[in-house]
Amino acid sequence: MKICIPSSGPEPGDLIDDRFGRAPYFIIHDTNNEKTESHRNDAAGGAGGVGPKAAQFLIRLGVDMVVTGRVGGNALEALKAGGIKVYLYEGRGPVREALKAALSGGLKEQ
Amino acid sequence: MKIVVASGKGGTGKSMVAGNLAFALSSGTPVTLVDCDVEEPDLHLFFPEGPCANTPVHIKVPHINPDVCTLCGECGDFCAFGALLVGKDRVLFFPEQCHSCGGCMIACPAGAIEEADMPVGTITVSHPEKNLTLVTGTLNEGAIQSVAVIRAAKMMAGNTGWIIYDASPGTSCPVVETLEGTEFCILVTESTPFGLHDLALALDVTMQMGIPSGVVINRSDGRDEKAQQFCREHKIPVLATIPFDRRIAEVQGSGTLIARIDPSWKDRFSALAKDCLALWEGS
Ligand code: SF4
Ligand code: SF4
Repeated sequence: MKICIPSSGPEPGDLIDDRFGRAPYFIIHDTNNEKTESHRNDAAGGAGGVGPKAAQFLIRLGVDMVVTGRVGGNALEALKAGGIKVYLYEGRGPVREALKAALSGGLKEQ
Repeated sequence: MKIVVASGKGGTGKSMVAGNLAFALSSGTPVTLVDCDVEEPDLHLFFPEGPCANTPVHIKVPHINPDVCTLCGECGDFCAFGALLVGKDRVLFFPEQCHSCGGCMIACPAGAIEEADMPVGTITVSHPEKNLTLVTGTLNEGAIQSVAVIRAAKMMAGNTGWIIYDASPGTSCPVVETLEGTEFCILVTESTPFGLHDLALALDVTMQMGIPSGVVINRSDGRDEKAQQFCREHKIPVLATIPFDRRIAEVQGSGTLIARIDPSWKDRFSALAKDCLALWEGS
């Protein structure tokens, strides 16, 4: 399972960025092989439609789950249409913490 | 002659100037008044109600045939505006992001995308005075395609006689669309520092578009030196100064036009139109 966390930087130690479509990076952890990689979010600087564009990018990458703050209407709809589950995480710390919370379960689905 | 009435911000009395100008002119010559403030059209409030004709405004949007779509993802990758999203079992379309470019139709390798009409607004045409045609553009609630509605309203207004366009406040795309192809712009301002700041922004747009302009100072308290100085410095004429006057405010508040009830104001607005014509011919 691939878990994605929108982030302010490319490292798991960087702070999470809860503006889903505008986050500069996506950090993706694959539970199958325990690998973590980061991707720059090319949609972040766009004028409009950033949520759906970012969602499209994650769908392409085969992400199964997004862990982030509240996600706006279009983006949430887009992620769900791509079969991606969206979990609410309201902490403000590093990506690593959000990932831990996601892996331990107990987060609420948006 | 095509005159736009604009202002850098709302609440300067722009619609009042446009309405009075059109009314005053219509006693001598045919006039078309076009309400291009499509998010909040209000010019019709100045005129008696009567029969009107409504025409819907559509934009072209993609329609995806789910039986043909292979979910290949091409359209989602192509759309630069994020209006299409290819999901696991369907394609989502976000109409408020679509710019009607038609590119997705070409990009789709399966031929699954057809063109469909989406309503975004209405154009209303009426003849509230003998020589006056009122064309009102109204954007549908929730729609964002102001420019398409303005374009349709201008098309409907045609090209003959005097045409007065009331622009939306500000200096964004809808204002540029309203100014496109016109001959003169009346910039309505108040002589406050904020007013002058917004006037400067609006003037910038008209100058870039090469449209000559003049200023009407509204709700003047008699201390207009700053505004006068600004106009001198930028070499734009002050066409008229409308005093801050309780009577005008009352007339305005009661939903009528000062030019309708006071012949001297009617003459002043007629003169304003003639001044615009002279400035345009001399420009
Ligand atoms: S018409 Fe253009 S803007 Fe609209 S969905 Fe297709 S590609 Fe995107
Ligand atoms: S490009 Fe055509 S076939 Fe491919 S996902 Fe879009 S609509 Fe479906």
